[in-house]
Amino acid sequence: MAQVQAKPGVPASRIARQAPSVPTLARPTPQSNPDPALNGVEMTGAEAIIRSLECAGATDVFGIPGGAILPTYDPLMDSSKLRHVLVRHEQGAGHAAQGYAHATGKVGVCIATSGPGATNLVTPIADANMDSIPMVAITGQVGAAMIGTDAFQEADIVGITAPITKHNVLVTDPAEIPAAIAEAFYIASHGRPGPVLVDIAKSAQQAKTTFQWPGRIELPGFNAGVRPHQKTVQEAARLLATARRPVLYVGGGVIRAGAAAGLRKLTDLSGAAVVTTLMARGALPDSHPQHLGMPGMHGTVPAVAALQKADLIVALGARFDDRVTGNLDSFAPHATIVHADIDPAEIGKNRAVDVPIVGDLKEVFDALVPALAHEHQRYGKPDLEAWWAQLDDWRTTYALGYTPTHDGLSSPQHVIQRLGQLNDPESTIYTSGVGQHQMWASQFIKYERPNTWINSGGLGTMGFSVPAAMGAQVGQPDQTVWAIDGDGCFQMTNQELVTCAINEIPIKVALINNSSLGMVRQWQTLFYEGRYSNTDLHTGHGTRRVPDFVKLAEAMGCVGLRCESDADVDATIKRANEIDDQPVVVDFTVSRDAMVWPMVAAGTSNDEIQYAQGIAPKWDRED
Amino acid sequence: MTKHTLSVLVENKPGVLARVAGLFSRRAFNIHSLAVGQTEHPEISRITVVVDVDELPLEQVTKQLNKLVHVLKIVELERDRSVQRDLLLVKVRADARQRTDVLQIVDLFRAHIVDVSTDSVVIEAVGTPDKLEALLAALAPHDVREIVQSGTVAIGRGARSITERALDRVATA
Repeated sequence: MAQVQAKPGVPASRIARQAPSVPTLARPTPQSNPDPALNGVEMTGAEAIIRSLECAGATDVFGIPGGAILPTYDPLMDSSKLRHVLVRHEQGAGHAAQGYAHATGKVGVCIATSGPGATNLVTPIADANMDSIPMVAITGQVGAAMIGTDAFQEADIVGITAPITKHNVLVTDPAEIPAAIAEAFYIASHGRPGPVLVDIAKSAQQAKTTFQWPGRIELPGFNAGVRPHQKTVQEAARLLATARRPVLYVGGGVIRAGAAAGLRKLTDLSGAAVVTTLMARGALPDSHPQHLGMPGMHGTVPAVAALQKADLIVALGARFDDRVTGNLDSFAPHATIVHADIDPAEIGKNRAVDVPIVGDLKEVFDALVPALAHEHQRYGKPDLEAWWAQLDDWRTTYALGYTPTHDGLSSPQHVIQRLGQLNDPESTIYTSGVGQHQMWASQFIKYERPNTWINSGGLGTMGFSVPAAMGAQVGQPDQTVWAIDGDGCFQMTNQELVTCAINEIPIKVALINNSSLGMVRQWQTLFYEGRYSNTDLHTGHGTRRVPDFVKLAEAMGCVGLRCESDADVDATIKRANEIDDQPVVVDFTVSRDAMVWPMVAAGTSNDEIQYAQGIAPKWDRED
Repeated sequence: MTKHTLSVLVENKPGVLARVAGLFSRRAFNIHSLAVGQTEHPEISRITVVVDVDELPLEQVTKQLNKLVHVLKIVELERDRSVQRDLLLVKVRADARQRTDVLQIVDLFRAHIVDVSTDSVVIEAVGTPDKLEALLAALAPHDVREIVQSGTVAIGRGARSITERALDRVATA
């Protein structure tokens, strides 16, 4: 009888160096705030939902009422601990909860009714699942007796979201509500974070129950995480001390783990080059001299090249996504791989791993930093001079930049770069949608802190930006929140600006308006002979401007500004920054011909990276 | 691709079978057979899954299964160190003339007749998939009207129990 895998850990057969892991003691949810006086109190299931959310530590929730969740909205009205933000579309509630969670590290909460309310949450739930965002979605369900009868507004949301949640549950017994919500918060925030959906039948909300907050979480099949194994940590330290071309490949897990300080220590001690993925921007300050920028399809040449030429890659909370590795077979061919992640299923999923470390990254750094110092005593500090000479040469030769456009219109990169330069990185949070503006925002804004760059990485959800910014602003009211959006994305979710205006959530939107679905258009330019099938949006310079974004902003109770030339960019950004009592939308009308470079075409090797159109780096020069 | 037999111990909660089966299909694995039933502990069910899969993807799907909150433990049962059995029921048309032939085959495979009518019999056979396949091959010349087969159930040989520790965890939780 061969034991494939008893939780937790990694099968011994494939990863010989992974010894049995020690389970970490379960910790209470960081924000948990139970009220012992509530236990034994008789109340409705609906009230139990509200009291449970309060006990779980929620302070802000985003949602829309409807038939099957109506009972819960009644006691919600009297809650002094919960602020409910009434959104205009459930997708907005979901993304707002994500933005809130990302900006604060707390569990984000969204509430919707049954059927269409619940299915409108599907996209944000899938998004949170891909990007490991702690989120709890509460949905109303039709009365227990009607489940399965195709009742009005009935949808099997537990079945629908099973593949895209970390866990979900249908509650029909009001007595189970407190435990279900306590467990949802626990599961969402422990181990690898993710979304949990609690679907509660209307009959359970209406029925009477005796409130009982669980003293402890009883989940025998759930592992909150394991302590990193000392042996593999030591092996990783030895490799870091002896490698000649080491790279720390930093993923979003470092940010989710709140482990930026540990990363900084490891960076400084190891002397290794560091790359931060799209989900990890801000995990290490961009100003850090060892930071090479973002790797991947639109990464910097030095970041991509460093991974390709590395003899050691230490992956930290990253998942070897195809947008980072390019063609997997030719990714980092010379590198020994150390992979540290809290999720054992990530280890070896895409790339075979030489040294696996399963554990919370905070604990990984706590163990790895002293282990590395110890190895330095043994082997001396590694000589990385030649490696850095090569990296610096790439940095100088292939610095991130852009060429001005030929049509006389603003370069979108210039707008975004100035936005980054005119805002203080210590007090500004940026969110983005998906596409060209997202890549430029990742490339041209310099991030100095974790949780200040919020975007949809894994799922690539257009329309993420505005509602995510709303959630981030609710969670961080003292920060300036700039939503960098495209004209395509903006038209998917801009209705949440109404929510922002009504609720005095003063986000700012930098609409990078190139009058088209820019990233698709870029691919059509590069791969479809410039046949622009269905990518023209008629919103930009010289078009009918439908919609007129300035008028649209004003109609939604926001300040609308327009900027059409490079000369006005700075003044417009400053003007927008001066407004702090209302949401602002700036329609930056930019050239549609700008493209995102560098680029590794989908499915090709990272070695084929183009620095700019038709310009491939000359590797042999340095080799 | 090779066949692997996995024993998946799960909490006996609604929808858990759908979650486990869904995970296999989502990651494009072909489930060869699946059987589910209660264990010695009423709160724990045991799912036996036989899958056609290579070693590396098997490891991945096992890790993904382990992430399901209601999954307690997964054990691969190797063929030569476990007892693996399927149940087969076959309805064969057999009048007085053919019945002797059919009965001979039934005896040969140590199967049983569990239902008799004037012109048909129902045969019950328990065994490894190989044995049952051979029985069906032997019956092929006859008029086989209906076949129903259970998924494989499997248990490790020797004294060790795979449920013990999982039971402890449920008990102490």
